[in-house]
Amino acid sequence: MKVLMAAAVAAMLTTAMLATPGLAADEGACFVASGLVQADFALPHVAAAIAEKRLNVVVLGSASSSLPPAAGGAPKAYPARLEDALTHRLPGVTVKVVAHTKARETATDMVKTLRQVLKDEKPDLVVWQTGTVDAMLSVDPDNFQTALGEGVDALHEGKADGIFMNMQYSPRTDSMVAMGAYLEAMRFIALQREILLFDRLGVMNAWNEMNVFDLSAATKTNDVAQRVHDCIGRLLSRLIVDGAKLGQASNTGAGNMDHPNKDIR
Amino acid sequence: MSPVTPPGRDLRLDLFRGLALWLIFLDQIPSNAVSWLTIRNYGLSDAPEIFVFISGYTAAFVYGREMDSRGVTVASARVLKRVWQIYVAHIFLFVVYMAEIAYVASSLDNPLYSEEAGILNFLKEPGVTMVQAMLLKFKPANMDVLPLYIVLLAGFPPVLWLLRRAPTLGLAASVALYAAAWMFDWDLPAYPKGTWVFNPFTWQLLFVTGAWCALGGAARIAPFARSRPVLWLAGGYLAIAFAIMLAWHLPHLASDLPRWLTDWVNPADKSNLDLLRFAHFVALAILTLRYIPRDWPLLTSPWMRPTIICGQHSLEIFCSGVFLAFAGHLAMVQLSDGLGMQILVSAVGIATMVGVAALITWYRNVEGKKHGPRQTPVVNADLAGGEA
Repeated sequence: MKVLMAAAVAAMLTTAMLATPGLAADEGACFVASGLVQADFALPHVAAAIAEKRLNVVVLGSASSSLPPAAGGAPKAYPARLEDALTHRLPGVTVKVVAHTKARETATDMVKTLRQVLKDEKPDLVVWQTGTVDAMLSVDPDNFQTALGEGVDALHEGKADGIFMNMQYSPRTDSMVAMGAYLEAMRFIALQREILLFDRLGVMNAWNEMNVFDLSAATKTNDVAQRVHDCIGRLLSRLIVDGAKLGQASNTGAGNMDHPNKDIR
Repeated sequence: MSPVTPPGRDLRLDLFRGLALWLIFLDQIPSNAVSWLTIRNYGLSDAPEIFVFISGYTAAFVYGREMDSRGVTVASARVLKRVWQIYVAHIFLFVVYMAEIAYVASSLDNPLYSEEAGILNFLKEPGVTMVQAMLLKFKPANMDVLPLYIVLLAGFPPVLWLLRRAPTLGLAASVALYAAAWMFDWDLPAYPKGTWVFNPFTWQLLFVTGAWCALGGAARIAPFARSRPVLWLAGGYLAIAFAIMLAWHLPHLASDLPRWLTDWVNPADKSNLDLLRFAHFVALAILTLRYIPRDWPLLTSPWMRPTIICGQHSLEIFCSGVFLAFAGHLAMVQLSDGLGMQILVSAVGIATMVGVAALITWYRNVEGKKHGPRQTPVVNADLAGGEA
């Protein structure tokens, strides 16, 4: 709880510091959990792309990276919201976010798609959302972990940055799916291979605890689902920009002196 | 809660098994802040390790004496009878699980969770699911300990026979099986995918080590285990493991840890009982046994009574725990899932487990009196670890 309180305070501070006047009011709610979203590692490829005024992002995920058509579909799901938020944050940069989502795909299945996407689309960044399907099918956590490692290898070969995104926090099915081993595996590989992790589960859990969103309510309405996706898109955009700032520093250090700092705000 | 202490009984076994059962329960309540108490947050080993080790110890103790007094065949038959009881208990828990799932299915239609709702898909083909559950291949979340125990106990009669004849050979065979399972990736298949959460081929090492200790091994290694260098080594190991886990749980420290150190927490190794985890449990056991002697005065105090009686009826209390965790989760979903509710659910759950244990203790005492002293040995046997 203390951690959460600290997170809340940190969130308020960061919100106050970051918020540009037009966005402040409606972003507050999203950033309640922003203490959980921190760029521990750099995104050098993203930084380089931003310097060239273009940014291609691919979201690779299972069904929880999309919304059913009845709930607004792709335009309301977080990949589209991310594109919107990044465009706002990076004026003058052409941002493109393409979502490759497929229901019931395990991490092992997705590695194949990842290789293909890296070859065909040459993205600067891949947001890889995974874990839910593997946990539901109780795939051997060992295999899951191996697949994550192979994915990171593919990212390196494809000269793209990566961000892992873990599961949604789903209070109603919480006791039915043992997520623990898969969450730990994602954190472990993220740390070992220096990949950013967007802790979607932690963020949504914090929203639920602080009543930003009531996630355990039995509801058929789309309102909460759309707002959750919008907030995930915004928080993710912040993580990407923060990672790019770190990446810019390292790129500059490596000799790319012609990337002016003002490109990334 | 009348005293149930047969003379010569090591209450430390009951105490720590009771504690392990409480911790397993706290872990099973999803998103429970109280589960920060569990030992896996402070080191590499966890409550199931304690449970499996003590179960091996008590099983050897009880069925070993049974082999003395009634022969190998009768004792083996009693082991298998116990296996059957545990199997029935597991199936009962599965039915409870199905009921909870079916209930939640009727209220899960939030568009945000269309993917997670997939977990309810097996309600569409209950036939396959039921058969896979009965084959111990389909094991819902948190229902992995009993199947492990069923397999371990089913294979126990020949192991016990060997351990009593040639303890060192028995232990060596167990180590060999452990090593082979690691080398050749032996495991049991699960449904719909993957393998058992607790691999019986590796986890048997803890169970057999427990049994080996009960059959004189503990006495044999006592001078070594109580020597100063070993105690320091154990303490140092626990301290390092604690520091690593602390860093692992604080995200901004974790990214600064040297990579080779974080290798220690590699989550992939739990299901195969990594040697680092096994060593952590052994270190924990060495220090506990050193500083909590068998005649520790607190063991007979009323404060320890609730934990001890829970440990004495471990199968019933384990099952109650799984059931209560489901019920607690439902209450949290329906009413509130705030911190207050998490503490309330945890406290009420443990109080209920103690209540159930007290009821069973009372009933056994009443039954024991009715049958007269002739039955006493059997009652004792059950108490000391015929229990899961």
